[in-house]
Amino acid sequence: MTKFRITAGFLPLLDSLLLVVAREKGFAAGQGIDLVLARETSWANIRDRVAVEHFDVAQMLGPMPIAANLGLSPIHVPLVAPMSLGLGGNAITVTAALWARLLDAGAPGNLDPGPIGIALRKVVTEGPARLRFAVTHPYSGHNYELRYWLAASGIAPERDVDIAILPPPLMADALAAGAIDGYCVGEPWNSVGVASGAGRIVTTKSRIWAHSPDKVLGASERWATQHPEALAALLRALYSASLWCAEPANQAEAAAILSAPAYLDRPSDIVLRGLSGRLEVQRGETIRVADFFEPFAHSATFPWVTHALWYYSQMVRWADVPQTPANARRAAQTYRPDLYRAAIASFGAALPTTDRKVLGPEAFFDGALFDPATLAG
Amino acid sequence: MLGRDLAILIIDENKLRAAIIEEGLREAGHDSVEVLHSVKEAARRIVESSPDVVVVDLENPGRDQLEHFFSLSRALQKPIAMFVDTSDAAAIGAAIEAGVSAYVVDGLRKDRVKPILDMAVLRFNAYARLKAELDEAKGALEERKVVDRAKAILMRQRNLSEADAYALLRTTAMNQNRRIVDIAQSLVTAAGLLEP
Repeated sequence: MTKFRITAGFLPLLDSLLLVVAREKGFAAGQGIDLVLARETSWANIRDRVAVEHFDVAQMLGPMPIAANLGLSPIHVPLVAPMSLGLGGNAITVTAALWARLLDAGAPGNLDPGPIGIALRKVVTEGPARLRFAVTHPYSGHNYELRYWLAASGIAPERDVDIAILPPPLMADALAAGAIDGYCVGEPWNSVGVASGAGRIVTTKSRIWAHSPDKVLGASERWATQHPEALAALLRALYSASLWCAEPANQAEAAAILSAPAYLDRPSDIVLRGLSGRLEVQRGETIRVADFFEPFAHSATFPWVTHALWYYSQMVRWADVPQTPANARRAAQTYRPDLYRAAIASFGAALPTTDRKVLGPEAFFDGALFDPATLAG
Repeated sequence: MLGRDLAILIIDENKLRAAIIEEGLREAGHDSVEVLHSVKEAARRIVESSPDVVVVDLENPGRDQLEHFFSLSRALQKPIAMFVDTSDAAAIGAAIEAGVSAYVVDGLRKDRVKPILDMAVLRFNAYARLKAELDEAKGALEERKVVDRAKAILMRQRNLSEADAYALLRTTAMNQNRRIVDIAQSLVTAAGLLEP
């Protein structure tokens, strides 16, 4: 019996997976939800349609609701993130020409961000042309992980390279046209770049920061407060979807569902690459990246306050926002593990015992630590 | 700033719609209206012509890029906010419903900007109606082509005059309680199957 009708906005990206599977495999219906999915063309549209209540919830970039609550968005509606939509799912792709230069500079072909970053630094230092990279949005995991990788490799993102903003579906074309030298984006848009013959995947988000967050389920604080039962039912449906997606035997079916014209509208063998972690890094060469995209493992859907604070720390680092106790608190309070715990409790699953954790040297490729306590959020 | 004509920038890949909006704004007495068909050019124009109001369609996948340009130019110039008054939820809802978004330089008076936004929303809706009518007209034209082809088949196969061929289609449609175009389509499809 349908008790709730929920409209969710999404962009054609691999990590719209849980929303799509929740609808197509009946997990939403099982929770009494008529889940309506609406594909959008920009994150700005997602933000606006959530603000004017065309959408009840939406797939959002992890930093997006934080930026909104810190007053960095043009439209001021408080947002909450009660769930993560998986871990990983991104990669960095460069032109064949840049890859050739990286090889000359000693880059290995194994996706290892450390030595590839050192080679990139050599290329950047040698010049003569300034390299131009693209990401999808300023307040995105893509932008922050690309910057993290560059900076840890001794490249100052603003001084040494250009970082442009481009919509994901245009990236492969921009690469082929030589308008950009590389991009950091979610799947399937790296695999699309490789399939076109123009791109080479050089490293992945999961290699830069293992088990790192990306998209979240976002809602306006108002909607979440006014519809607690509908939201809890949706979180349960998405959790069930994440369990289903975690079964390797279901990957081919998941890829087929996602590849439909209404969703990603790309061949299912391309979609499957990111889902399975069997990445074709350039035509004819496949590398298996076991944790490339995780829909369930490593508490993949848990909205860690630590992740909100890491994004915030990067906003401070790149001067998007000043570091103040009030800002740190706003960032931390955007992610809502309390809503997640309350909704998922009925599954009897083992949930993290805390909302914050220290990210140890095994997390980041450069061995850095991140302790959310240092931000006093 | 009071009294000076506002500089308006329209960014729309749809040339017909952009022209319709531009015309509306010029008729309303705005002389400083510039139209761009791609977000790519916008970065340069925002710096060079520093528009007071930027109107962009929601279908444009370059909106995130555009907002990034605004944030970059913010350091140099006046900040650009979205819509004129974000507390006016109904107006924002109407604009987004119509498929249009607008960015306004900070500090402009609401009564100066509101008519521009209202005009953009009106013209976007007018374009949507026009497009629906065009699609319908195109559909009607396609239907006429099908009927003409069916008539030609009947004239050839049964040696009928054009008037008799049409009469036969009409009678058959009436007897079967179907539309003439549906009968014609069946006939054209069947003839296609039988052709060598």
